[in-house]
Amino acid sequence: MAANGGSSFCVPAAGFVRPTTSARTQARSRIGNAMKQGLKQTLIPRLFVTLFFVGLIATAATLSRRNAQPESATFRGAHAGGDSRTRYGFQLTEVSAQSGVKVVHTAPRLDPKLEPILPRINDMGAGVAVADFDRDGWPDFFLTDSGENSRCHLFRNKKDGTFEDVAATMGVADLNKVGDGSVMGAVWGDYDNDGFEDLLVYKWGKAILFHNEGGQRFTPVADAGLPKWMNCNVALWLDYDADGKLDILMCGYFDEKHNLWNLPSTRIMPNSIEYATNGTRKYLLRGDGTGRFTDVTAEVGIDTKAWTLAAAACDLDGNGFPEIFLANDYGKAELWQNEGGKRFRNISAASGVGDKPKAGMNAALGDVLNTGQFGIYVSNISEEATLLQGNNLWMPKASARPGELVYDNLAGDMGVELGGWSFGAQFVDLNNDGFQDLYLVNGYISADPNQSYWYDYSKVAQGNAEIIQDALLWPPIKGRSLSGFQQKRVWLSDGAGRFSDVAQAVGVTDRHDGRGIAYAYLNNNGQADILVANQKGPFLLYRNDVTPENHWIGFDLEGTRSNRSAIGAVVTVHWNGWKQSQYVSGGVGFCAQNDRRPHFGLGKNAKVDRVEIRWPSGTTRILEAPETNKVHKIKES
Amino acid sequence: MTSAMLADKVTPAPGKPQGFSIDQRFIAPILITFILLMGEMQYKFLEHWEYTAMAILASILTEIVCGKLVTGKIPHLASAYVTGISAGILIRSPEWWPYVIAGMLATSSKYVIRVNGRHLWNPSNLAIVILLLVAPETVATLSIQWGNYLLPMVIVWILGSVIIYNLKRFHICATYVFFFFVFAFLRSLVSGNGFSLNAFYSEIAPITGPMYQLYVFFMITDPKTTLHTKKGQMLVAFLIAATESALRMWAPVHIAIHAPYFALTLMGPSSNLIEIYYQWKAKKAAAKGDLPPSAVPPAPAAA
Repeated sequence: MAANGGSSFCVPAAGFVRPTTSARTQARSRIGNAMKQGLKQTLIPRLFVTLFFVGLIATAATLSRRNAQPESATFRGAHAGGDSRTRYGFQLTEVSAQSGVKVVHTAPRLDPKLEPILPRINDMGAGVAVADFDRDGWPDFFLTDSGENSRCHLFRNKKDGTFEDVAATMGVADLNKVGDGSVMGAVWGDYDNDGFEDLLVYKWGKAILFHNEGGQRFTPVADAGLPKWMNCNVALWLDYDADGKLDILMCGYFDEKHNLWNLPSTRIMPNSIEYATNGTRKYLLRGDGTGRFTDVTAEVGIDTKAWTLAAAACDLDGNGFPEIFLANDYGKAELWQNEGGKRFRNISAASGVGDKPKAGMNAALGDVLNTGQFGIYVSNISEEATLLQGNNLWMPKASARPGELVYDNLAGDMGVELGGWSFGAQFVDLNNDGFQDLYLVNGYISADPNQSYWYDYSKVAQGNAEIIQDALLWPPIKGRSLSGFQQKRVWLSDGAGRFSDVAQAVGVTDRHDGRGIAYAYLNNNGQADILVANQKGPFLLYRNDVTPENHWIGFDLEGTRSNRSAIGAVVTVHWNGWKQSQYVSGGVGFCAQNDRRPHFGLGKNAKVDRVEIRWPSGTTRILEAPETNKVHKIKES
Repeated sequence: MTSAMLADKVTPAPGKPQGFSIDQRFIAPILITFILLMGEMQYKFLEHWEYTAMAILASILTEIVCGKLVTGKIPHLASAYVTGISAGILIRSPEWWPYVIAGMLATSSKYVIRVNGRHLWNPSNLAIVILLLVAPETVATLSIQWGNYLLPMVIVWILGSVIIYNLKRFHICATYVFFFFVFAFLRSLVSGNGFSLNAFYSEIAPITGPMYQLYVFFMITDPKTTLHTKKGQMLVAFLIAATESALRMWAPVHIAIHAPYFALTLMGPSSNLIEIYYQWKAKKAAAKGDLPPSAVPPAPAAA
């Protein structure tokens, strides 16, 4: 082929005969003519092809700029600056110091053998969980700490915008004793239906279940049936069999056979960065309502051993029983369909969510398009020119039959794909315009800002399983950063399927290594405040100031036949021709639990037509035209 | 990856009766397609198979248009097919357009950047490097797919060896791999306090991944962008390994991560230009009469 013909020139052969002068002249003339003719014939086409080539490069550069990390916020072409409340309908202000919540997370030191790459191992543990533990009507929150002998925090809402840490007096502070492991997260749930939220604290070590003694104190539950030791990075409450008694899902990360403080071997890492098979088992624990839990994992068919970092449980197919979604690091996500509260069926591949392996670190559910169906947001890793996994937004396929769970990843189309080394994320209507927005925290290791560990990371990550699963074969980090100091994303929904990042403009300018993020209506004013737990960094509390033009409605649910926390209930609000669904979660995101009260922004349309409340017990309650701008207390009838 | 790896191989004379045989220009495309399909079926390693298909289609269409425009005829499309596949495998992007542009850039580069009738860069390598430089927000390269397990690596080694042995280019791979290990050893000495087996393992980690074998077998051996003498080819393989090692040690992170691609981009054309220079000298000598007319090199192909 001509273009690939390459050179057919050859090196002069030995023993050639010297030509005559006439022959030399003829040869020169022949070559000269051929060249002139060739130039004429090919010059213009070559020019075209050259312009095409240059144009391709310019096009690539131009298109790529769209994905550049935003240095200033833009939304529909608008620039940062000015009053973001006027422009976007809300403003976030970091008020942790004024609120009395001055907390800095610490990480465990673990086995000294891990010291060279310790920041790669002790990279999680900052979590936040919201609940009104004392039933005074105001949301409180629990903050984790993870360093050996460090103390966790329980902040009681003082109803004036400030909080006091009551963890020590309530008995939930000293949870990181040497030998018992490190706290990775916590979730609230009323397992005995006494009206007070109990607290499950999960750890790399011995998990603890605390019973809430009337909001006055927490008491560890003896012989609750929790695993004796596991390296757990996610737990949540659910009622998988809809019997009105809360159950627990606990998911391991590192294999539970490892005590990370006493390792006989350093072969603890994943054996593949995207196809790891050496994770650990999960625990589905059925509650009997008295604080005793029975391991039914095998019985219900959940046999995965993935490296799970996040989970969500919600009735996605409408059969009254919650499905379980697992976001797995070093592998594919999993969706387990609940078959009548008896068994779970792995539909990961059939549903589409288990198509490609990535580094799942978050699972958040949101009714993104106001269709009454939940999308699932999974965060992964994106680093320029290095690793572009992209986050996933699994949206239900419109062509799916009723009860069929089939998803498409529309993160790219909707503009929420690239978020750096992403961790926790939550769907929440930040400006009460009637559409759920998306708040994402990110940043993995922020150390020396001028030195990156990415080269060494990518070097070993490509290696054979025998190499990458040994922590000692990973080059020492030596104080370098790995996707550190990243800008957070506050993606504002336009309601038509596109999100735009307005983080910088609305006041979210921190660059800590975010992990757990939750929202709560801390002032009971219908405005979603944001709580961010940063790894080895300060806790941040962003107070939200929403334009009063936008209205809202909230619901405080209490189950009777269902579990009293109403975990799993789905609320659907119909207004202005739209409908939006939210569910009561027993833990969602990354090491996080939101305010349990579903809140709906309504925009400037103050009138709600109808509200459907689908309880976990299977009953449905309809509210006609409820009053807006208030939280409705609803008891299951 | 080899765009015309088998173009040098002899095509059967027209009209001559043949037994069962296959045009050798199809061997590389068939084998690389086999690897692609196996990888996708077993590991789903393609970001989106549709995007890879786009890259192949873009490369083939570009070959047809550019070939017709510049040479007046449609070239054999095996080369464009393999170029498209290589771009489709090696490019990693959440968006579709880098795959299309990579296929187009790679193939059109053969028509744009030519000296004395030869294109200097391995087409897909050049396209990847250009995209890494101008579109880092959107483009990365294949890094951690294929599972990190032994079996896929063995499969790629066997398939690659079959192709390369058939092409009598195994010496290029062997030279590169040998010096990769030598330089990995030297880097492990520098990176720690004296030699450490752990440091050595981490330095050789990339080449133990199956992905890297594609680079070793199919990219650095491209006959159209390598030298013509065996010694020259081995020298260039050594220089690529040396340059790659230097980039790994001293280049900025975003280049060091992609050191093999940048090393080939730097060393391939340099060595080609040197060879072209000596060929040009030989041609000049022939024009002066130092060579017989029969020894005067023919005019390069139109493209």
